[in-house]
Amino acid sequence: MIIYGTALLAVCHLLGIFIGDLLGKIIGVQTNVGGVGIAMMLLIFARMFMEPRGLMPKPTEAGVTFWAALYIPVVVAMAAQQNVVAALRGGHVAILAAFGAVVSCACIIALINRMEPKSDVDPFADDTEMPEAAAVDIKPTA
Amino acid sequence: MLSTLEKAITSNGLVAAFALVGFIILISGFISRKLTFGRMHGSAIAILIGLALAYWGGIYSGGQKGLADVSLFAGIGLMGGAMMRDFAIVATAFEVRPDEARKAGLIGIVSLLLGTLVPFVVGAALAYYFGYRDAVSMTTIGAGAVTYIVGPVTGAAIGASSDVMALSIATGVVKAIMVMIGTPIVAKFLGLRTPRSAMVFGGLAGTVSGVSAGLAATDRRLVPYGALVATFHTGLGCFLGPSVLYFVTKAIMA
Repeated sequence: MIIYGTALLAVCHLLGIFIGDLLGKIIGVQTNVGGVGIAMMLLIFARMFMEPRGLMPKPTEAGVTFWAALYIPVVVAMAAQQNVVAALRGGHVAILAAFGAVVSCACIIALINRMEPKSDVDPFADDTEMPEAAAVDIKPTA
Repeated sequence: MLSTLEKAITSNGLVAAFALVGFIILISGFISRKLTFGRMHGSAIAILIGLALAYWGGIYSGGQKGLADVSLFAGIGLMGGAMMRDFAIVATAFEVRPDEARKAGLIGIVSLLLGTLVPFVVGAALAYYFGYRDAVSMTTIGAGAVTYIVGPVTGAAIGASSDVMALSIATGVVKAIMVMIGTPIVAKFLGLRTPRSAMVFGGLAGTVSGVSAGLAATDRRLVPYGALVATFHTGLGCFLGPSVLYFVTKAIMA
C-alpha cells in the first residue's frame, strides 16, 4: 500500500521535528535544532531495519520516493515566495555582507573538497533508483 | 466566465500551484535544451524563473512573500512553504547511502562550525565598516549573514532595533539567493561531485533553502547529503549567535 510509505515518512518527519523542538528547548534557543536532519536519519534507520525484513515492498517505497521526486518542484515554489524585493532593497550592506560571506565560504568549501582523497569509483555508479536524477553531461564526442 | 475561472483557481490554491510549477518546469526544460543546449540545468532555470516571479509578486502586491501574496497564486505559499519543503527534504533521505554519510561525519561537523563562524565574522566586520559599530547591531547583522532565520532570532534575543533586524534578514535572503543561483555555476570550482563534498557544502553554505535549491540545480543526487548537514546549520547558529558570538563581539568592541 502506497500510503504506508507516505505514513512512514510523515511519522519520521513529525518525530524529527518534535525531537528538534525538544533539543531547542533543552539548549535554550527559540528554534528547532536539526529537526529535519533527525527526521532524515530516522527514515534512513527505518529503511535499514525494514528492508532486510521484507517490510518495504515496492508500493510502500513508492509512497516515499514520490515525495522525494516532488522535491525540485517544491523548491521552485519556495523560490517563488522569497522576499526578493526586500533582498534587493536591503542596500549595499546586505548585498556586500552576503557576498563576502558566500565568497569566503566558497573558497573554504573548494579548499576542503580538494583535500578529499581521490577515488576512481563513482559513488553513484549503481544508483539506479532515480533515473531522472542522472546528470546529463553533453560533451563533444571528438 | 473569467470570474468563475478565478474562483476555481483561488479555491483550489494548492492544486493550481502544482499546475503552475509544472508549467514553469516544462518551460525551463525547454529553455535548457533549446537555448543553452543542456549547459544550464533545467532546475536552475526553473528556480531563476521562480525568483523572478517572486520579484514581480513582491512589486505587484507589496507583500513579503513574493508570488504567494498575489491571491491567484496563494497556493504557491502552501506548496513551497516550510511544511512541504521539509516533507520533501526528509523523503530524499531515502537516497542516502548510510556508509557514504558516515564517512563524512567529522568533516561535516567541522564545516558546520566554519559555516557559522566565517559568515558571522565577515558580516559583523562589514557592518562595522558601514558604521554599525555597537556590539548588538554587529552581532545581528553578522548572524544574518549566517542565515535569515539566525539573524532575527539573534537580534530579538539581544534587543536589536527593527531596521537592523530588517537589514539582517535582507543579508540572509540575499545570501540564500546567491547560493541558489551561484552553486550550479561554480560547482566545478567547489568540487561538488561526491556525497562527502555535498556535506561539506551543506555545512558551510548553510541556509537550507540556498543549499537545497543550489544542489538541486547542480546534481539532484547530492541533495540529501547537503540537506542532512544544512538542517543543523540554523539550529547551531541560533544557539551560538545570541550567546558565544555576542559575548565575544561585545568583549572585542568594549
